[in-house]
Amino acid sequence: MSHQQADAIDVGAIREEFPILQREFDGQQVVYLDNAATTQTPDPVVDAMSDYYRESNANVHRGIHHLSQEASEAYEAAHDRVAEFINADGREEVIFTKNTTEGENLLAYSWGLAELSPEDTVVLTEMEHHASLVTWQQIAKRTGASVEYIRVDETGRLDMDHAAELIDDDTAIVSAVHVSNTLGTVNPVSELTDLAHEHDALSFIDGAQAVPNRPVDVKEIDADFYAFSGHKMAGPTGIGVLYGKRDLLEDLNPYLYGGGMIRKVTFEDSTWGELPWKFEPGTPPIAEAVGLHAAVDWLEDIGMDRIETHEEELAAYAYDRLEAEEDVEIYGPEGGPDRGGLVSFNLEGVHAHDLTSIMNDHTIAVRAGDHCTQPLHDKLGVPASTRASFYVYNTREEIDKLVAALDDARQLFA
Amino acid sequence: MGLGSDMYRQQILDHYKNPRNYGQLEDPTFTHIGENPMCGDEIRMDVKLAEDGDDGDDSAETIERVAFSGDGCAISQASASMLSSELRGKTVDELLEMDRDDVIDMLGVDISPMRVKCAVLAEKVAQDGAEIYQGELDVEKTTTEDDE
Ligand SMILES: Cc1ncc(COP(=O)(O)O)c(C=O)c1O
Repeated sequence: MSHQQADAIDVGAIREEFPILQREFDGQQVVYLDNAATTQTPDPVVDAMSDYYRESNANVHRGIHHLSQEASEAYEAAHDRVAEFINADGREEVIFTKNTTEGENLLAYSWGLAELSPEDTVVLTEMEHHASLVTWQQIAKRTGASVEYIRVDETGRLDMDHAAELIDDDTAIVSAVHVSNTLGTVNPVSELTDLAHEHDALSFIDGAQAVPNRPVDVKEIDADFYAFSGHKMAGPTGIGVLYGKRDLLEDLNPYLYGGGMIRKVTFEDSTWGELPWKFEPGTPPIAEAVGLHAAVDWLEDIGMDRIETHEEELAAYAYDRLEAEEDVEIYGPEGGPDRGGLVSFNLEGVHAHDLTSIMNDHTIAVRAGDHCTQPLHDKLGVPASTRASFYVYNTREEIDKLVAALDDARQLFA
Repeated sequence: MGLGSDMYRQQILDHYKNPRNYGQLEDPTFTHIGENPMCGDEIRMDVKLAEDGDDGDDSAETIERVAFSGDGCAISQASASMLSSELRGKTVDELLEMDRDDVIDMLGVDISPMRVKCAVLAEKVAQDGAEIYQGELDVEKTTTEDDE
Protein backbone atom coordinates (compact mmCIF):
# COMPACT_ATOMS: atom_id res chain seq x y z
CA MET A 1 0.00 0.00 0.00
CA SER A 2 0.92 3.63 -0.31
CA HIS A 3 2.93 4.19 2.84
CA GLN A 4 5.11 1.15 2.41
CA GLN A 5 8.77 2.06 2.33
CA ALA A 6 11.02 1.39 -0.61
CA ASP A 7 13.18 -0.83 1.56
CA ALA A 8 10.35 -2.61 3.33
CA ILE A 9 11.04 -5.96 4.93
CA ASP A 10 11.04 -9.00 2.65
CA VAL A 11 8.52 -10.97 4.65
CA GLY A 12 8.53 -13.87 2.19
CA ALA A 13 12.24 -14.45 2.64
CA ILE A 14 11.98 -14.07 6.40
CA ARG A 15 9.20 -16.64 6.65
CA GLU A 16 11.46 -19.23 5.01
CA GLU A 17 13.53 -19.19 8.17
CA PHE A 18 10.56 -20.24 10.30
CA PRO A 19 9.46 -23.79 9.45
CA ILE A 20 6.91 -23.60 12.27
CA LEU A 21 4.94 -21.01 10.29
CA GLN A 22 4.30 -23.71 7.66
CA ARG A 23 2.61 -25.99 10.15
CA GLU A 24 -0.96 -26.96 9.50
CA PHE A 25 -3.72 -28.09 11.80
CA ASP A 26 -6.77 -29.69 10.14
CA GLY A 27 -5.39 -28.65 6.77
CA GLN A 28 -5.12 -24.97 7.64
CA GLN A 29 -1.80 -23.17 7.89
CA VAL A 30 -1.11 -21.59 11.25
CA VAL A 31 -1.62 -17.83 11.53
CA TYR A 32 0.58 -16.91 14.44
CA LEU A 33 -0.59 -13.69 16.08
CA ASP A 34 0.51 -14.36 19.67
CA ASN A 35 3.91 -12.71 19.46
CA ALA A 36 3.54 -10.57 22.56
CA ALA A 37 3.44 -13.83 24.52
CA THR A 38 6.41 -15.35 22.72
CA THR A 39 7.89 -14.96 19.25
CA GLN A 40 8.94 -17.79 16.95
CA THR A 41 12.60 -18.68 16.60
CA PRO A 42 14.34 -18.45 13.21
CA ASP A 43 16.63 -21.22 11.96
CA PRO A 44 19.87 -19.27 12.51
CA VAL A 45 19.06 -18.99 16.22
CA VAL A 46 18.12 -22.66 16.53
CA ASP A 47 21.28 -23.58 14.60
CA ALA A 48 23.51 -21.45 16.80
CA MET A 49 22.19 -23.23 19.86
CA SER A 50 22.45 -26.72 18.41
CA ASP A 51 25.97 -25.96 17.10
CA TYR A 52 26.90 -24.87 20.58
CA TYR A 53 25.66 -28.15 22.07
CA ARG A 54 27.24 -30.20 19.30
CA GLU A 55 30.61 -28.49 19.32
CA SER A 56 31.38 -26.28 22.31
CA ASN A 57 29.31 -27.42 25.27
CA ALA A 58 31.05 -27.14 28.65
CA ASN A 59 30.59 -25.23 31.86
CA VAL A 60 31.80 -21.65 31.89
CA HIS A 61 33.68 -19.72 34.57
CA ARG A 62 37.10 -20.02 33.02
CA GLY A 63 37.69 -23.74 33.05
CA ILE A 64 41.17 -24.49 31.84
CA HIS A 65 40.31 -26.98 29.12
CA HIS A 66 39.58 -25.99 25.50
CA LEU A 67 35.86 -26.57 25.55
CA SER A 68 35.32 -24.56 28.69
CA GLN A 69 37.32 -21.74 27.20
CA GLU A 70 35.17 -21.75 24.10
CA ALA A 71 31.95 -21.86 26.10
CA SER A 72 33.16 -19.06 28.40
CA GLU A 73 34.12 -16.89 25.47
CA ALA A 74 30.78 -17.45 23.78
CA TYR A 75 28.92 -16.67 26.98
CA GLU A 76 30.89 -13.48 27.57
CA ALA A 77 30.62 -12.40 23.93
CA ALA A 78 26.84 -12.63 24.21
CA HIS A 79 26.95 -9.99 26.97
CA ASP A 80 29.08 -7.74 24.77
CA ARG A 81 26.72 -8.16 21.83
CA VAL A 82 23.64 -7.31 23.90
CA ALA A 83 25.45 -4.31 25.42
CA GLU A 84 26.18 -3.01 21.94
CA PHE A 85 22.60 -3.68 20.85
CA ILE A 86 21.04 -1.46 23.56
CA ASN A 87 24.00 0.95 23.73
CA ALA A 88 25.10 -0.02 27.24
CA ASP A 89 28.66 0.61 28.43
CA GLY A 90 29.94 -2.92 28.09
CA ARG A 91 29.22 -6.32 29.54
CA GLU A 92 29.42 -5.00 33.11
CA GLU A 93 26.03 -3.39 32.60
CA VAL A 94 24.34 -6.49 31.16
CA ILE A 95 23.09 -9.13 33.60
CA PHE A 96 21.61 -12.28 32.16
CA THR A 97 18.48 -13.39 33.99
CA LYS A 98 15.82 -15.95 33.21
CA ASN A 99 13.35 -13.36 31.85
CA THR A 100 11.95 -9.87 32.41
CA THR A 101 10.17 -11.02 35.54
CA GLU A 102 13.43 -12.09 37.14
CA GLY A 103 14.99 -8.74 36.23
CA GLU A 104 12.19 -6.96 38.09
CA ASN A 105 12.60 -9.24 41.07
CA LEU A 106 16.36 -8.92 41.11
CA LEU A 107 16.14 -5.18 41.52
CA ALA A 108 13.17 -5.28 43.87
CA TYR A 109 14.92 -7.73 46.20
CA SER A 110 18.45 -6.41 46.11
CA TRP A 111 17.69 -2.70 46.00
CA GLY A 112 14.06 -2.43 47.13
CA LEU A 113 14.21 -4.57 50.26
CA ALA A 114 17.39 -2.85 51.42
CA GLU A 115 16.53 0.73 50.58
CA LEU A 116 12.78 1.27 50.77
CA SER A 117 11.21 2.62 53.95
CA PRO A 118 7.73 3.78 55.00
CA GLU A 119 8.41 7.36 53.84
CA ASP A 120 9.09 6.23 50.28
CA THR A 121 6.74 5.86 47.37
CA VAL A 122 7.11 3.56 44.40
CA VAL A 123 5.43 5.05 41.34
CA LEU A 124 4.04 2.60 38.77
CA THR A 125 1.56 2.99 35.92
CA GLU A 126 -1.95 1.56 35.74
CA MET A 127 -0.82 -0.41 32.70
CA GLU A 128 2.01 -2.29 34.43
CA HIS A 129 2.37 -5.98 33.73
CA HIS A 130 2.01 -8.18 36.82
CA ALA A 131 5.77 -8.79 36.55
CA SER A 132 6.36 -5.32 37.89
CA LEU A 133 3.04 -4.57 39.60
CA VAL A 134 2.94 -7.65 41.83
CA THR A 135 6.66 -7.50 42.56
CA TRP A 136 6.69 -3.88 43.75
CA GLN A 137 3.40 -4.34 45.57
CA GLN A 138 4.87 -7.16 47.63
CA ILE A 139 8.19 -5.44 48.29
CA ALA A 140 6.28 -2.31 49.34
CA LYS A 141 4.23 -4.40 51.78
CA ARG A 142 7.39 -5.72 53.37
CA THR A 143 9.12 -2.36 53.62
CA GLY A 144 6.11 -0.18 54.43
CA ALA A 145 6.61 1.90 51.30
CA SER A 146 3.51 2.98 49.39
CA VAL A 147 2.68 2.31 45.75
CA GLU A 148 1.08 4.91 43.49
CA TYR A 149 -0.17 4.48 39.95
CA ILE A 150 0.05 6.96 37.10
CA ARG A 151 -3.41 7.14 35.52
CA VAL A 152 -4.19 5.84 32.06
CA ASP A 153 -6.48 8.27 30.20
CA GLU A 154 -9.44 7.44 27.90
CA THR A 155 -7.15 7.20 24.88
CA GLY A 156 -5.02 4.54 26.58
CA ARG A 157 -2.09 6.90 27.16
CA LEU A 158 -0.45 7.87 30.43
CA ASP A 159 -1.74 11.06 32.01
CA MET A 160 1.60 12.87 32.20
CA ASP A 161 0.19 15.70 34.33
CA HIS A 162 -0.75 13.08 36.86
CA ALA A 163 2.75 11.63 36.56
CA ALA A 164 4.25 15.05 37.33
CA GLU A 165 1.97 15.28 40.37
CA LEU A 166 2.78 11.82 41.72
CA ILE A 167 6.53 11.88 41.22
CA ASP A 168 7.89 14.03 44.03
CA ASP A 169 10.66 14.06 46.60
CA ASP A 170 9.18 11.03 48.36
CA THR A 171 9.48 8.96 45.22
CA ALA A 172 12.22 6.37 45.46
CA ILE A 173 11.70 4.68 42.11
CA VAL A 174 9.53 5.01 39.03
CA SER A 175 8.89 1.68 37.35
CA ALA A 176 7.12 1.93 34.01
CA VAL A 177 6.37 -0.30 31.08
CA HIS A 178 7.92 0.91 27.81
CA VAL A 179 5.30 -0.61 25.50
CA SER A 180 2.09 -1.89 27.09
CA ASN A 181 1.40 -5.54 26.33
CA THR A 182 -2.35 -4.88 26.55
CA LEU A 183 -2.97 -1.40 25.16
CA GLY A 184 0.00 -1.32 22.81
CA THR A 185 0.81 2.18 24.04
CA VAL A 186 4.40 3.32 23.59
CA ASN A 187 5.06 5.32 26.73
CA PRO A 188 7.27 8.43 26.97
CA VAL A 189 9.87 6.64 29.06
CA SER A 190 12.59 9.29 28.78
CA GLU A 191 10.18 11.90 30.08
CA LEU A 192 9.24 9.62 32.97
CA THR A 193 12.92 9.02 33.65
CA ASP A 194 13.62 12.77 33.65
CA LEU A 195 10.79 13.30 36.13
CA ALA A 196 12.26 10.59 38.35
CA HIS A 197 15.75 12.05 38.16
CA GLU A 198 14.53 15.56 38.96
CA HIS A 199 13.48 14.13 42.31
CA ASP A 200 16.51 11.91 42.84
CA ALA A 201 14.47 8.81 42.20
CA LEU A 202 15.56 5.81 40.15
CA SER A 203 13.91 4.76 36.92
CA PHE A 204 13.23 1.16 35.93
CA ILE A 205 11.82 0.46 32.50
CA ASP A 206 10.11 -2.81 31.52
CA GLY A 207 11.14 -3.21 27.90
CA ALA A 208 9.71 -6.70 27.30
CA GLN A 209 7.50 -5.41 24.46
CA ALA A 210 9.89 -2.70 23.21
CA VAL A 211 13.31 -4.25 22.62
CA PRO A 212 11.89 -6.87 20.21
CA ASN A 213 10.47 -4.36 17.77
CA ARG A 214 12.11 -0.94 17.93
CA PRO A 215 15.57 0.54 18.38
CA VAL A 216 16.20 0.91 22.12
CA ASP A 217 19.05 3.05 23.39
CA VAL A 218 19.32 2.92 27.17
CA LYS A 219 21.56 6.01 27.22
CA GLU A 220 19.10 8.05 25.26
CA ILE A 221 16.32 7.04 27.67
CA ASP A 222 18.77 7.50 30.55
CA ALA A 223 17.02 4.65 32.40
CA ASP A 224 18.84 3.41 35.47
CA PHE A 225 17.55 -0.11 34.91
CA TYR A 226 15.93 -1.74 31.90
CA ALA A 227 14.68 -5.32 31.56
CA PHE A 228 13.60 -7.57 28.67
CA SER A 229 13.21 -11.24 27.63
CA GLY A 230 14.97 -13.26 24.92
CA HIS A 231 11.92 -15.30 23.96
CA LYS A 232 9.96 -12.25 22.80
CA MET A 233 12.69 -11.15 20.37
CA ALA A 234 13.27 -14.20 18.18
CA GLY A 235 15.54 -15.66 20.85
CA PRO A 236 15.17 -18.68 23.14
CA THR A 237 13.23 -19.04 26.38
CA GLY A 238 15.18 -19.20 29.62
CA ILE A 239 17.18 -16.02 29.15
CA GLY A 240 16.45 -12.38 29.83
CA VAL A 241 18.44 -9.23 30.39
CA LEU A 242 18.64 -6.72 33.19
CA TYR A 243 20.55 -3.65 32.18
CA GLY A 244 21.77 -1.38 34.98
CA LYS A 245 24.04 1.63 35.14
CA ARG A 246 27.44 0.47 36.22
CA ASP A 247 27.89 2.70 39.27
CA LEU A 248 24.47 1.65 40.57
CA LEU A 249 25.15 -2.04 40.02
CA GLU A 250 28.50 -1.74 41.76
CA ASP A 251 26.81 -0.48 44.92
CA LEU A 252 24.12 -3.14 44.84
CA ASN A 253 24.26 -6.43 46.72
CA PRO A 254 23.22 -9.59 44.90
CA TYR A 255 20.08 -11.42 46.01
CA LEU A 256 21.06 -14.83 44.71
CA TYR A 257 24.19 -16.36 46.16
CA GLY A 258 26.40 -19.25 45.17
CA GLY A 259 29.34 -20.17 43.01
CA GLY A 260 30.82 -18.22 40.13
CA MET A 261 29.91 -14.86 41.62
CA ILE A 262 32.42 -14.52 44.42
CA ARG A 263 35.87 -13.05 44.81
CA LYS A 264 36.89 -14.64 48.09
CA VAL A 265 35.11 -17.00 50.43
CA THR A 266 36.09 -17.99 53.95
CA PHE A 267 34.04 -19.92 56.47
CA GLU A 268 33.05 -16.55 57.93
CA ASP A 269 32.28 -14.33 54.98
CA SER A 270 32.43 -13.76 51.22
CA THR A 271 33.16 -10.89 48.88
CA TRP A 272 31.57 -10.46 45.49
CA GLY A 273 33.20 -10.83 42.13
CA GLU A 274 33.17 -8.47 39.18
CA LEU A 275 30.16 -7.19 37.28
CA PRO A 276 28.07 -8.65 35.82
CA TRP A 277 29.01 -12.06 37.26
CA LYS A 278 28.20 -11.11 40.84
CA PHE A 279 24.54 -11.16 39.81
CA GLU A 280 24.77 -14.46 37.90
CA PRO A 281 25.53 -17.18 40.45
CA GLY A 282 25.47 -20.84 39.51
CA THR A 283 25.65 -22.30 36.03
CA PRO A 284 24.05 -19.73 33.74
CA PRO A 285 21.94 -20.28 30.58
CA ILE A 286 24.91 -20.71 28.24
CA ALA A 287 23.24 -22.14 25.14
CA GLU A 288 20.47 -19.59 25.57
CA ALA A 289 23.03 -16.79 25.68
CA VAL A 290 24.46 -18.10 22.41
CA GLY A 291 20.93 -18.14 21.00
CA LEU A 292 20.24 -14.60 22.20
CA HIS A 293 23.46 -13.44 20.57
CA ALA A 294 22.33 -15.00 17.29
CA ALA A 295 18.88 -13.42 17.66
CA VAL A 296 20.39 -9.97 18.09
CA ASP A 297 22.53 -10.52 14.98
CA TRP A 298 19.48 -11.69 13.09
CA LEU A 299 17.35 -8.72 14.14
CA GLU A 300 20.03 -6.17 13.34
CA ASP A 301 20.54 -7.79 10.00
CA ILE A 302 16.96 -6.89 9.19
CA GLY A 303 17.27 -3.54 10.93
CA MET A 304 15.39 -2.41 14.02
CA ASP A 305 14.10 0.70 12.23
CA ARG A 306 12.52 -1.42 9.55
CA ILE A 307 11.05 -3.81 12.07
CA GLU A 308 9.51 -0.87 13.91
CA THR A 309 7.97 0.47 10.71
CA HIS A 310 6.63 -2.96 9.76
CA GLU A 311 4.98 -3.40 13.17
CA GLU A 312 3.56 0.08 13.21
CA GLU A 313 2.00 -0.51 9.80
CA LEU A 314 0.53 -3.87 10.76
CA ALA A 315 -0.88 -2.44 13.99
CA ALA A 316 -2.40 0.52 12.18
CA TYR A 317 -3.88 -1.79 9.57
CA ALA A 318 -5.34 -4.12 12.20
CA TYR A 319 -6.67 -1.14 14.16
CA ASP A 320 -8.39 0.31 11.09
CA ARG A 321 -9.88 -2.99 9.99
CA LEU A 322 -11.22 -3.77 13.45
CA GLU A 323 -12.38 -0.21 14.01
CA ALA A 324 -14.53 -0.52 10.89
CA GLU A 325 -16.48 -3.35 12.55
CA GLU A 326 -19.29 -1.81 14.54
CA ASP A 327 -19.46 -4.56 17.14
CA VAL A 328 -15.75 -4.49 17.98
CA GLU A 329 -14.32 -2.49 20.86
CA ILE A 330 -10.58 -1.78 20.72
CA TYR A 331 -8.44 -0.75 23.67
CA GLY A 332 -5.53 1.70 23.50
CA PRO A 333 -4.41 4.40 21.08
CA GLU A 334 -5.19 4.44 17.36
CA GLY A 335 -2.48 3.43 14.92
CA GLY A 336 0.60 5.64 14.83
CA PRO A 337 4.02 6.05 16.36
CA ASP A 338 2.75 5.55 19.89
CA ARG A 339 1.03 2.22 19.17
CA GLY A 340 3.25 -0.86 19.22
CA GLY A 341 2.52 -3.98 17.18
CA LEU A 342 -0.50 -5.38 18.97
CA VAL A 343 -4.23 -4.79 19.23
CA SER A 344 -6.50 -5.95 22.09
CA PHE A 345 -10.23 -5.96 21.50
CA ASN A 346 -13.60 -7.51 22.26
CA LEU A 347 -16.41 -8.59 19.97
CA GLU A 348 -19.78 -7.57 21.40
CA GLY A 349 -21.75 -10.47 22.81
CA VAL A 350 -18.89 -12.98 22.63
CA HIS A 351 -16.61 -13.67 25.57
CA ALA A 352 -12.91 -13.33 24.71
CA HIS A 353 -12.32 -17.00 25.50
CA ASP A 354 -15.06 -18.12 23.16
CA LEU A 355 -13.78 -15.84 20.42
CA THR A 356 -10.27 -17.15 20.85
CA SER A 357 -11.46 -20.75 20.70
CA ILE A 358 -13.29 -19.95 17.47
CA MET A 359 -10.15 -18.28 16.09
CA ASN A 360 -8.31 -21.47 16.95
CA ASP A 361 -10.76 -23.42 14.78
CA HIS A 362 -9.31 -21.37 11.93
CA THR A 363 -5.79 -22.10 13.24
CA ILE A 364 -5.41 -18.44 14.13
CA ALA A 365 -3.33 -18.14 17.29
CA VAL A 366 -4.40 -15.18 19.41
CA ARG A 367 -4.56 -14.79 23.16
CA ALA A 368 -7.53 -14.25 25.45
CA GLY A 369 -7.46 -13.25 29.06
CA ASP A 370 -6.24 -10.36 31.12
CA HIS A 371 -2.71 -10.54 29.65
CA CYS A 372 -1.28 -10.22 33.15
CA THR A 373 -2.82 -6.78 33.56
CA GLN A 374 -5.83 -7.57 35.76
CA PRO A 375 -6.16 -4.14 37.40
CA LEU A 376 -6.08 -2.48 33.97
CA HIS A 377 -8.88 -4.77 32.74
CA ASP A 378 -10.88 -3.89 35.86
CA LYS A 379 -10.46 -0.26 34.90
CA LEU A 380 -11.50 -0.96 31.31
CA GLY A 381 -14.55 -2.69 32.77
CA VAL A 382 -14.04 -5.99 30.99
CA PRO A 383 -12.94 -9.32 32.46
CA ALA A 384 -10.81 -10.21 29.47
CA SER A 385 -9.89 -9.24 25.95
CA THR A 386 -8.58 -10.91 22.82
CA ARG A 387 -5.14 -9.80 21.73
CA ALA A 388 -3.56 -10.08 18.29
CA SER A 389 0.15 -9.27 18.33
CA PHE A 390 2.50 -9.09 15.38
CA TYR A 391 6.10 -9.67 14.46
CA VAL A 392 8.43 -9.36 11.47
CA TYR A 393 6.94 -12.37 9.70
CA ASN A 394 3.29 -11.33 9.86
CA THR A 395 1.32 -10.00 6.91
CA ARG A 396 -1.81 -8.02 6.17
CA GLU A 397 -3.38 -11.16 4.75
CA GLU A 398 -3.12 -12.76 8.16
CA ILE A 399 -4.95 -9.82 9.69
CA ASP A 400 -7.61 -10.18 7.00
CA LYS A 401 -8.09 -13.79 8.10
CA LEU A 402 -8.54 -12.66 11.68
CA VAL A 403 -11.17 -10.14 10.70
CA ALA A 404 -12.95 -12.68 8.49
CA ALA A 405 -13.12 -15.19 11.34
CA LEU A 406 -15.14 -12.69 13.38
CA ASP A 407 -18.07 -13.55 11.15
CA ASP A 408 -17.97 -17.13 12.26
CA ALA A 409 -18.24 -16.03 15.87
CA ARG A 410 -21.09 -13.69 15.03
CA GLN A 411 -22.98 -16.48 13.29
CA LEU A 412 -22.55 -18.94 16.13
CA PHE A 413 -23.51 -16.46 18.78
CA ALA A 414 -26.20 -14.53 16.96
CA MET B 1 -16.57 -20.56 6.71
CA GLY B 2 -15.07 -22.72 9.35
CA LEU B 3 -16.46 -26.03 10.37
CA GLY B 4 -17.70 -24.47 13.55
CA SER B 5 -15.92 -25.49 16.67
CA ASP B 6 -16.76 -28.86 18.00
CA MET B 7 -16.93 -27.10 21.30
CA TYR B 8 -19.77 -24.90 20.14
CA ARG B 9 -22.36 -27.46 19.15
CA GLN B 10 -25.98 -26.43 19.08
CA GLN B 11 -26.68 -27.71 22.56
CA ILE B 12 -24.00 -25.55 24.18
CA LEU B 13 -25.04 -22.45 22.27
CA ASP B 14 -28.68 -23.09 23.09
CA HIS B 15 -27.99 -23.29 26.82
CA TYR B 16 -25.80 -20.20 26.60
CA LYS B 17 -28.39 -18.13 24.77
CA ASN B 18 -31.40 -19.51 26.66
CA PRO B 19 -30.09 -20.47 30.05
CA ARG B 20 -32.31 -22.79 32.12
CA ASN B 21 -32.99 -22.04 35.76
CA TYR B 22 -31.30 -18.66 35.54
CA GLY B 23 -31.84 -16.47 38.56
CA GLN B 24 -31.90 -16.87 42.31
CA LEU B 25 -34.06 -19.01 44.59
CA GLU B 26 -36.12 -17.35 47.28
CA ASP B 27 -35.38 -19.89 49.98
CA PRO B 28 -32.29 -21.89 49.00
CA THR B 29 -30.96 -24.47 51.44
CA PHE B 30 -27.49 -23.33 50.47
CA THR B 31 -25.92 -20.79 48.16
CA HIS B 32 -22.37 -20.50 47.00
CA ILE B 33 -20.35 -18.44 44.52
CA GLY B 34 -17.16 -19.00 42.57
CA GLU B 35 -15.03 -17.56 39.84
CA ASN B 36 -12.32 -18.16 37.29
CA PRO B 37 -10.14 -15.15 38.04
CA MET B 38 -8.37 -15.18 34.72
CA CYS B 39 -11.45 -15.50 32.53
CA GLY B 40 -13.66 -13.40 34.72
CA ASP B 41 -16.31 -16.15 34.75
CA GLU B 42 -18.48 -15.81 37.82
CA ILE B 43 -21.22 -18.14 38.98
CA ARG B 44 -23.63 -18.30 41.89
CA MET B 45 -25.47 -21.57 42.52
CA ASP B 46 -28.59 -21.74 44.70
CA VAL B 47 -29.68 -25.21 45.81
CA LYS B 48 -32.95 -26.17 47.49
CA LEU B 49 -33.14 -29.58 49.13
CA ALA B 50 -36.36 -31.53 49.64
CA GLU B 51 -37.71 -31.14 53.16
CA ASP B 52 -39.03 -34.67 53.73
CA GLY B 53 -36.19 -37.11 54.14
CA ASP B 54 -34.72 -35.18 57.04
CA ASP B 55 -33.32 -38.08 59.00
CA GLY B 56 -30.14 -36.28 59.94
CA ASP B 57 -28.24 -37.70 57.01
CA ASP B 58 -27.38 -34.62 54.92
CA SER B 59 -25.77 -36.51 52.10
CA ALA B 60 -28.88 -38.56 51.28
CA GLU B 61 -31.05 -35.50 50.88
CA THR B 62 -32.62 -34.95 47.49
CA ILE B 63 -32.00 -31.83 45.43
CA GLU B 64 -35.34 -30.26 44.64
CA ARG B 65 -34.37 -27.14 42.72
CA VAL B 66 -31.24 -25.45 41.48
CA ALA B 67 -30.81 -21.95 40.09
CA PHE B 68 -27.70 -20.21 38.86
CA SER B 69 -26.69 -16.67 38.06
CA GLY B 70 -23.56 -14.89 36.94
CA ASP B 71 -21.78 -14.37 33.68
CA GLY B 72 -18.83 -15.52 31.68
CA CYS B 73 -17.94 -17.47 28.58
CA ALA B 74 -20.33 -19.78 26.74
CA ILE B 75 -18.73 -22.92 28.15
CA SER B 76 -19.02 -21.89 31.80
CA GLN B 77 -22.57 -20.57 31.44
CA ALA B 78 -23.87 -23.50 29.38
CA SER B 79 -22.33 -25.89 31.84
CA ALA B 80 -24.09 -24.17 34.74
CA SER B 81 -27.39 -24.21 32.87
CA MET B 82 -27.16 -27.92 32.07
CA LEU B 83 -26.01 -28.78 35.56
CA SER B 84 -28.92 -26.91 37.11
CA SER B 85 -31.34 -29.25 35.27
CA GLU B 86 -29.22 -32.35 35.70
CA LEU B 87 -29.00 -32.03 39.49
CA ARG B 88 -32.72 -31.97 40.09
CA GLY B 89 -33.72 -35.22 41.75
CA LYS B 90 -30.16 -36.23 42.56
CA THR B 91 -28.93 -36.64 46.12
CA VAL B 92 -26.23 -34.46 47.64
CA ASP B 93 -24.09 -37.57 47.66
CA GLU B 94 -24.47 -37.97 43.94
CA LEU B 95 -23.53 -34.33 43.44
CA LEU B 96 -20.39 -34.80 45.48
CA GLU B 97 -19.44 -37.89 43.49
CA MET B 98 -19.42 -36.03 40.17
CA ASP B 99 -16.04 -35.41 38.57
CA ARG B 100 -14.82 -33.53 35.55
CA ASP B 101 -15.50 -36.42 33.19
CA ASP B 102 -19.14 -36.37 34.23
CA VAL B 103 -19.29 -32.69 33.41
CA ILE B 104 -17.67 -33.20 30.03
CA ASP B 105 -20.06 -36.09 29.31
CA MET B 106 -22.95 -33.85 30.24
CA LEU B 107 -21.73 -31.16 27.86
CA GLY B 108 -21.39 -33.75 25.12
CA VAL B 109 -18.45 -32.09 23.38
CA ASP B 110 -14.68 -32.21 23.51
CA ILE B 111 -13.40 -29.49 25.78
CA SER B 112 -9.91 -28.28 24.97
CA PRO B 113 -7.56 -28.53 27.94
CA MET B 114 -7.35 -24.80 28.55
CA ARG B 115 -11.12 -24.53 28.75
CA VAL B 116 -11.74 -27.36 31.22
CA LYS B 117 -11.71 -24.95 34.13
CA CYS B 118 -14.53 -23.01 32.48
CA ALA B 119 -16.51 -26.23 32.09
CA VAL B 120 -16.16 -27.42 35.68
CA LEU B 121 -16.73 -24.13 37.47
CA ALA B 122 -20.46 -24.65 38.12
CA GLU B 123 -19.93 -28.20 39.34
CA LYS B 124 -17.19 -27.10 41.74
CA VAL B 125 -19.31 -24.25 43.05
CA ALA B 126 -22.25 -26.61 43.69
CA GLN B 127 -19.99 -29.18 45.35
CA ASP B 128 -18.24 -26.64 47.56
CA GLY B 129 -21.63 -25.21 48.49
CA ALA B 130 -22.80 -28.68 49.54
CA GLU B 131 -19.68 -29.31 51.58
CA ILE B 132 -19.98 -25.99 53.33
CA TYR B 133 -23.61 -26.86 54.11
CA GLN B 134 -22.43 -30.15 55.58
CA GLY B 135 -19.87 -28.31 57.64
CA GLU B 136 -16.96 -29.99 55.92
CA LEU B 137 -15.50 -27.02 54.15
CA ASP B 138 -14.94 -23.40 55.00
CA VAL B 139 -14.33 -21.11 52.05
CA GLU B 140 -15.99 -17.87 51.09
CA LYS B 141 -15.64 -18.27 47.38
CA THR B 142 -14.55 -21.05 45.08
CA THR B 143 -11.81 -20.25 42.61
CA THR B 144 -10.51 -22.49 39.90
CA GLU B 145 -6.77 -22.47 39.68
CA ASP B 146 -5.10 -20.66 36.86
CA ASP B 147 -2.02 -22.24 35.32
CA GLU B 148 -0.81 -19.23 33.40
C1 LIG C 1 5.26 -5.78 29.36
C2 LIG C 1 5.69 -7.11 29.88
N1 LIG C 1 6.44 -7.18 30.99
C3 LIG C 1 6.87 -8.35 31.47
C4 LIG C 1 6.55 -9.53 30.86
C5 LIG C 1 7.04 -10.80 31.47
O1 LIG C 1 7.93 -11.43 30.63
P1 LIG C 1 8.53 -12.84 31.05
O2 LIG C 1 7.35 -13.75 31.18
O3 LIG C 1 9.42 -13.20 29.92
O4 LIG C 1 9.24 -12.64 32.32
C6 LIG C 1 5.78 -9.52 29.71
C7 LIG C 1 5.41 -10.76 29.01
O5 LIG C 1 4.41 -11.37 29.14
C8 LIG C 1 5.33 -8.28 29.22
O6 LIG C 1 4.57 -8.22 28.13
